Amino acid sequence: MEFLGIGVLSWITFLPIIGMVLILFIPKEKQNVMKWTAAAATFLQLVLAVMIFFHFNKGSLGINTQEGMQLVEKASWIDIRGVPWFGRIHVDYFLGIDGLSVPMVILTALISFIAVFASWNIPKALKGYMAMLLLLDTGMMGVFVSLDFFLFYVFWEVMLLPMYFLIGIWGGPRREYAAIKFFLYTLLGSVLILLAMIALYFSVTVPDGATGERMYTFNMLAMMNPANFQPGTLLAGVGTYWRHLAYIALFIGFAIKVPIFPFHTWLPDAHVEAPTAISVILAGVLLKMGTYGLLRISYPMFPELANYYSWALALVAVINIIYGALCAMAQQDFKKLIAYSSISHMGIVLLGMAALNTQGMMGAVLQMFNHGTITAMLFLIVGVIYDRAHTRDLDAFGGLAITMPKYTGIMTVAFFAALGLPGLSGFISEAFSFLGAFQTFRVLTIVATLGIVLTAAYMLWTLQRVFLGQPNEKWASLPDINGRELFTLVPLAVVVLALGIYPSLLLDLMTSSLNHLVEVVRSGAVL
Amino acid sequence: MVDQALLSLAKFLPEITLAITFCLALLVGIIFRSRPQLSLWIALLGVVISIVFTIRELGITESIFSGMIAVDPFASFFKLLVGTCAVFVFLFSLYSAEVLSTIKRLVEYSSLLVAMTLGMYLMAGATNLLMMVLSMELTGLSSYVLAGYTKEASDSSEASLKYIIYGALSTGLMLYGISIIFGLTGGAMDIYAINRALVTSPVNPITLLVATLLIIAGLGYKISAVPFHFWTPDVYEGAPVTVTAFLSVASKGAGFALLIRFFKIAFIDSSAIGLPVGFWTTLQGFEWNKIIAILSVLTMTLGNLVAVWQNNLKRLLAYSSIAHAGYMLMGLAILSQAGIAAVLIYFVVYMFMNLGAFYIVMLVANKTGSEDIDSYKGLGFRSPFVGVSMVIFFISLAGLPPTAGFIGKLFIFASLLDAKWVWLAVIGAINSVISLYYYVRVVRNMFLRDPDANSGPLKFTVPEIAILLFLVVPTLFFGLYYSPIVELANSSATMLGIH
Repeated sequence: MEFLGIGVLSWITFLPIIGMVLILFIPKEKQNVMKWTAAAATFLQLVLAVMIFFHFNKGSLGINTQEGMQLVEKASWIDIRGVPWFGRIHVDYFLGIDGLSVPMVILTALISFIAVFASWNIPKALKGYMAMLLLLDTGMMGVFVSLDFFLFYVFWEVMLLPMYFLIGIWGGPRREYAAIKFFLYTLLGSVLILLAMIALYFSVTVPDGATGERMYTFNMLAMMNPANFQPGTLLAGVGTYWRHLAYIALFIGFAIKVPIFPFHTWLPDAHVEAPTAISVILAGVLLKMGTYGLLRISYPMFPELANYYSWALALVAVINIIYGALCAMAQQDFKKLIAYSSISHMGIVLLGMAALNTQGMMGAVLQMFNHGTITAMLFLIVGVIYDRAHTRDLDAFGGLAITMPKYTGIMTVAFFAALGLPGLSGFISEAFSFLGAFQTFRVLTIVATLGIVLTAAYMLWTLQRVFLGQPNEKWASLPDINGRELFTLVPLAVVVLALGIYPSLLLDLMTSSLNHLVEVVRSGAVL
Repeated sequence: MVDQALLSLAKFLPEITLAITFCLALLVGIIFRSRPQLSLWIALLGVVISIVFTIRELGITESIFSGMIAVDPFASFFKLLVGTCAVFVFLFSLYSAEVLSTIKRLVEYSSLLVAMTLGMYLMAGATNLLMMVLSMELTGLSSYVLAGYTKEASDSSEASLKYIIYGALSTGLMLYGISIIFGLTGGAMDIYAINRALVTSPVNPITLLVATLLIIAGLGYKISAVPFHFWTPDVYEGAPVTVTAFLSVASKGAGFALLIRFFKIAFIDSSAIGLPVGFWTTLQGFEWNKIIAILSVLTMTLGNLVAVWQNNLKRLLAYSSIAHAGYMLMGLAILSQAGIAAVLIYFVVYMFMNLGAFYIVMLVANKTGSEDIDSYKGLGFRSPFVGVSMVIFFISLAGLPPTAGFIGKLFIFASLLDAKWVWLAVIGAINSVISLYYYVRVVRNMFLRDPDANSGPLKFTVPEIAILLFLVVPTLFFGLYYSPIVELANSSATMLGIH
């Protein structure tokens, strides 16, 4: 698929940048024009995502073969010859998608589109806000489509600055603290990834197509082939000391993003202070980058260590599930509760991944998508009530079901999806994850299922405190949810319902790739 | 003898140009007393011509004036760096309220800047201990005066005085070190001769260590490496911004050129065989590169940790420039050609981003009269373009993509890991996280805090913005497409007399 001679993946990645540049040239007063430009850019992006969804070839494997990648775009970006000491330096502009990335691409497009509408009432500096939002969008999309590690890293880092500003300028009262905490934490993770990336670069060589001379490469697919590791280099061999270090560095880098206990402390702060739309993006897409990175990079490049450390990953997954749920239960702040529930739900993704079998892996990736849509809904729901009441204290409300019936209806869908009610999407992915995990880690999985009970407990308790019971006089005049807010929530609710009834819509896209990923990891030497 | 001197003169054109420019700028200043700006323009022109001559010398590798000075790609690189930096500083000076406030003394200012540039050109090529000391003195003496240029301001005078005292002390120490080397090697002044002497007849390692430490004291002062950095914050804060910018990039660059050349030629085991391509080894039993590694760890860590507490932006940038010297020292410690190339790459990007940051400090100080971080509150809203540019320079200094600063860090870390110095790379990486904190503190004031109630938008003139563009655009461009600087550094990493 190409438009104007440029591949669709480039379009989907850089459309927001085009929108951003346009917005920068719109005069300050014309706020509506800015909003609609942002909406148009993200809408086109969503259209492309839908086209990719229909065009996608479900049978191809992807992961470590370039033939299995789809919509591939490859061009030489930097090529420096004749550097005797660094070797030939070569970086490709290399994009492509497979069954692992396609759900994330669709999710990113969907959430970004919704985020623009959730930002409709930003009170100050709208131009800067929309520009940053779109830049963030490009960064996220770029991470999911790049197959060159260098390119991946650039996109990964491009997100940091817009996120800092979005939380720091447009956030709540403690925004400065939350923004810098997010920035420093993620940068710490990034530099570890950077070091691991360089170590990989100096260990992997591929023959140049034209001359046959061996050269270093940032190509992720080449890094997944053990035969490409030059003997005597830093990361050559199986299960060596340096490979352990590199794996752990990558793991911490990605774990901070997920976030995995004990690297999670930035998340509640960032979520509570961020404006609604940014919380939506943060929970909907950004957290997925951590798990995506583990699946795309750590697993296939260090298969023996993915096996070796799988029990450890399962252990932190269970900690995430239980700890997140318990923390959520203790919260008074509606938004903080959702933030901790995110930690708990991301634990399920990790548990599914750790299982290293097809069910678990499918559950994990599906849960990444579902958590993206469900948590986005939850944050939007918190945003709706906060916009009206200017408080998020769970005990300040009561009986909202009477004053805001439509709102309560849509909220119920999201809450039940979050606690894993059959018929809604959350159930399927949780079930798959636990099913997969149970085959590998019996005891841990049994402990983890306790998390489901806890989730049901805090979700229902919240529902009861806020929406049921005696209506609070103070909020008797709150208007019900309006058209724009419905417009942001209903599409997500439809997706949640559709995937709950017919999960094959998404599962079919990823089956072959994830099967292959499991094979690649399992066939990697086991320590 | 005369023939050789004449031949050498032909390869000495950049320096000759600067010497003539220095005289011209002074003469013109005396003749046209009413128009002091004229000397500034002459100085600018002279530096540009010297750059042109340097470019014409690019391919040459030769020793001139009987082994006093090397004309090689390595020297040319640093001459280009210093020259370009001087051009920018002259352009800054045209718009600096600080410099123009004492317009009568513009003649001294311009001519001394040229003299300083000349000193740095000589430092870039010096291959003889005598030449090294003389060129450092020429640079130093001119910069002492320039640091105190706005002598009405007490902190400027203080800066100048501190600079002289520290400078005199460190030169003294260095001279002492040199005299020990002179004795040890049986009267060698030429660094190649020193190397030959040390390789063929090993000397007492303790004495050699003492001499080396003394020389490091002198050079460390020039590049402001910890623990020889004490002058840096005060001088950077007190001197006019234009001079500070020049000191922080050009002076550091020339210092590095001298440091790298001296250690790489005099103190490596040139008879060693069987090393991988692009790697060297130290003299037997004298691992000076460990000293450099420790120095680099101290320098970057202390620079970064102290910068966190600064409230004056010039002081903050002073500590940040100390930290950057630490990053670059890592490239020397690993004894590889890749490390040297990485340092050169780092210098190119460092020039753009650091000059850019200082330029904005100057622009803002012109309007607000303050260099306090507090006076940057709401700058992003008072002047969006300048605010955004400052953010770009700062994230580049912190080493985040897609800016050039990232490329600099990337190549430093790459050369470290290539040489398997993982622990040093990890310390460097953690340091760059620390550095983000204080850079972002300024960004926070510019964008996250509202401007004071009585401060309106800041307007800048078109030429002021144009100069800024010349610094911002490369900072972004080289972050996305870095082939040109890598190729330049690659071809410049070769030194006279070393394979």
